[in-house]
Amino acid sequence: MRAFLVRRVAFALVLVACSSSAAFLLTRIAPGDVTTTLGPFPKAREVAALRARFGLDRNWAEQWLLWASRAVRLDLGDSFLYNRPVSSVLGPAALNTAILGVAALTVATASGIFFGVVGGSRRGAGAPAAIRAVSAVCVSLPPLLSSLFFVFLAARTGLLPAGGMTSAGSADVSWGAWLLDVAWHLPLPAFALALPIAATFERLQSQALSEVIDQPFVSAARARGVPAHALIWRHAWPASLRPICAVLGVAIGTLLSGSFVVEYVTTWPGLGRLMYEALRARDIYLVAGCAAAGSAFLACGTLAGDLLLAAVDPRVREDTAA
Amino acid sequence: MSRSGAALLAAIALVTVLAPWIAPNRPDQTFSQLLYAPPTLVHVWDGGPRAPFIYRQRLVSRLERRFETLPHDRVVLRWFADGRVVTGDSAAGAPLLLLGADGYGRDIFARLVQGARLTLVLALVATIGATLLGALVGSVSGYAGGRVDLLLSRVTEFVLVLPALYVVLALRAALPLVVPARTVFLSLTAIFVLLGWPTVARGVRAIIASERSRDYVVAAEALGAGRGRVLLRHLLPSARGHLVMQATLLLPAFILAEATMSYIGLGFPEATPTWGTMLQDASNVSLLADTPWVLAPAGAIFLVVLAVNLAAQGTRGAQVQ
Repeated sequence: MRAFLVRRVAFALVLVACSSSAAFLLTRIAPGDVTTTLGPFPKAREVAALRARFGLDRNWAEQWLLWASRAVRLDLGDSFLYNRPVSSVLGPAALNTAILGVAALTVATASGIFFGVVGGSRRGAGAPAAIRAVSAVCVSLPPLLSSLFFVFLAARTGLLPAGGMTSAGSADVSWGAWLLDVAWHLPLPAFALALPIAATFERLQSQALSEVIDQPFVSAARARGVPAHALIWRHAWPASLRPICAVLGVAIGTLLSGSFVVEYVTTWPGLGRLMYEALRARDIYLVAGCAAAGSAFLACGTLAGDLLLAAVDPRVREDTAA
Repeated sequence: MSRSGAALLAAIALVTVLAPWIAPNRPDQTFSQLLYAPPTLVHVWDGGPRAPFIYRQRLVSRLERRFETLPHDRVVLRWFADGRVVTGDSAAGAPLLLLGADGYGRDIFARLVQGARLTLVLALVATIGATLLGALVGSVSGYAGGRVDLLLSRVTEFVLVLPALYVVLALRAALPLVVPARTVFLSLTAIFVLLGWPTVARGVRAIIASERSRDYVVAAEALGAGRGRVLLRHLLPSARGHLVMQATLLLPAFILAEATMSYIGLGFPEATPTWGTMLQDASNVSLLADTPWVLAPAGAIFLVVLAVNLAAQGTRGAQVQ
């Protein structure tokens, strides 16, 4: 188990280093740099001064070495766009994305498992068919479409705020009021992000459960007189959890990609929006910081998924121990 | 289920091919008096049965984007005129707008069917490219084994864990921000192929590696078949089902990726109709509530994705049999 953990942490570090460096170099070689913010006819002296301040006057290898040597000490440089240290911009955005992602994953897992069990348990006539139809629609409704649709509904009905994370003018209110405000803005983007993942989970769960139900140990429990409800939730369901745990790691990647779109459509001030702004402004250090934060999320997510899989499926544990 | 999916796909393909004839207006024609005009309803009854006609729309308030239909101004639809199947009276400012007009007063339906060409062809080319590249890498990896296999598998796994959309974003942003449509097409296709192949390669590698030691392969090798021939004629056909299934997963993903990139302004230029550029009109929330027809491209994307998913269920079912 320890070897497994060490290997995964090493992989995570390589992932973070590679993707942030790649993002850094891509943005560095892209045409245009920060000096375009000086207007159409900048003075040569100002251009040189600005380039020198952000290390743009060195060649790319030298600049990367300089950045990397500071980055390992967690100093990610200054953002051109915000004129502040990257870490001070990155922190809140990463937190906002984490809030959105955790909320969406919770909703997706809970509803996916619940509807999957109801749909796969083959009880009643109408419910399973209805669930299957709804999930077929939701699987074809990726975050771009679901978030646009929800924003339209919100704008039309006015039931929920159509965008943003807080209301205007909520900068200096108490903690409780701020939390309430965020909770008011959260459902729309979270559901838009959760919908397609929930549908995928529902399909996996319902298929896994309907396979488990045919196995002898379930029949044996039924013969012992275990009531139908306990039969499904206590006996069959835990044995059918493997497929969902197996895709949880992949789902984190889907969640990150999806959260970029949802953040853009619903103007949620998260990592995706920040990365987009940084890329457009050629804000090299901010782009690299966003890539590092994103890949760190990804690595944590896949690691959590693997650990969960090992927890529900002893075979995986034996494989990795060997 | 799968038959309805296939039928839907065929219908979409037909509309896409016949776009210039089906669209009632030119996709770039602007009706300056009809910005964000609602869809025109086609009537067949006015005191008695009549040939299909529309009522002329008149702008009441530009600020509120309010239109009224003039109940006495009937415009009879013309069939098979001007090289189109059906059209209103575009010259007199009473066009047939099946899905309303966008912010420049252009026919959304005309742009939708015209944009389908670019959106769908881009996704199709990228899907074919990614499938071929994945099949190549996967079969080399599975057939060669050893160190080559180890290296290719690690690369595959690495690309696989990256969140695709961020990589597309970063790669696209590395190019100049404003480029002509042709360059966008080529660069987006290349980027999609580069990101799409690993899922294909992983499956192909597993299939080839397990088939490699089967008797029929050994027999083919014993008969003197070269490596290329064994791979192409004997091994790859066993991965056909996997290739088809992966293609049905890649196609919707690429359609969405194009739409997303164009929507955020890093795809095709605004004037080029694609489903993504058309969705830019939907980014104005206060407008969206009053003009839901600008979401038509989202509906089109949904239809295509649904059709592919339904059709794919059929191929998966066939595989089990």
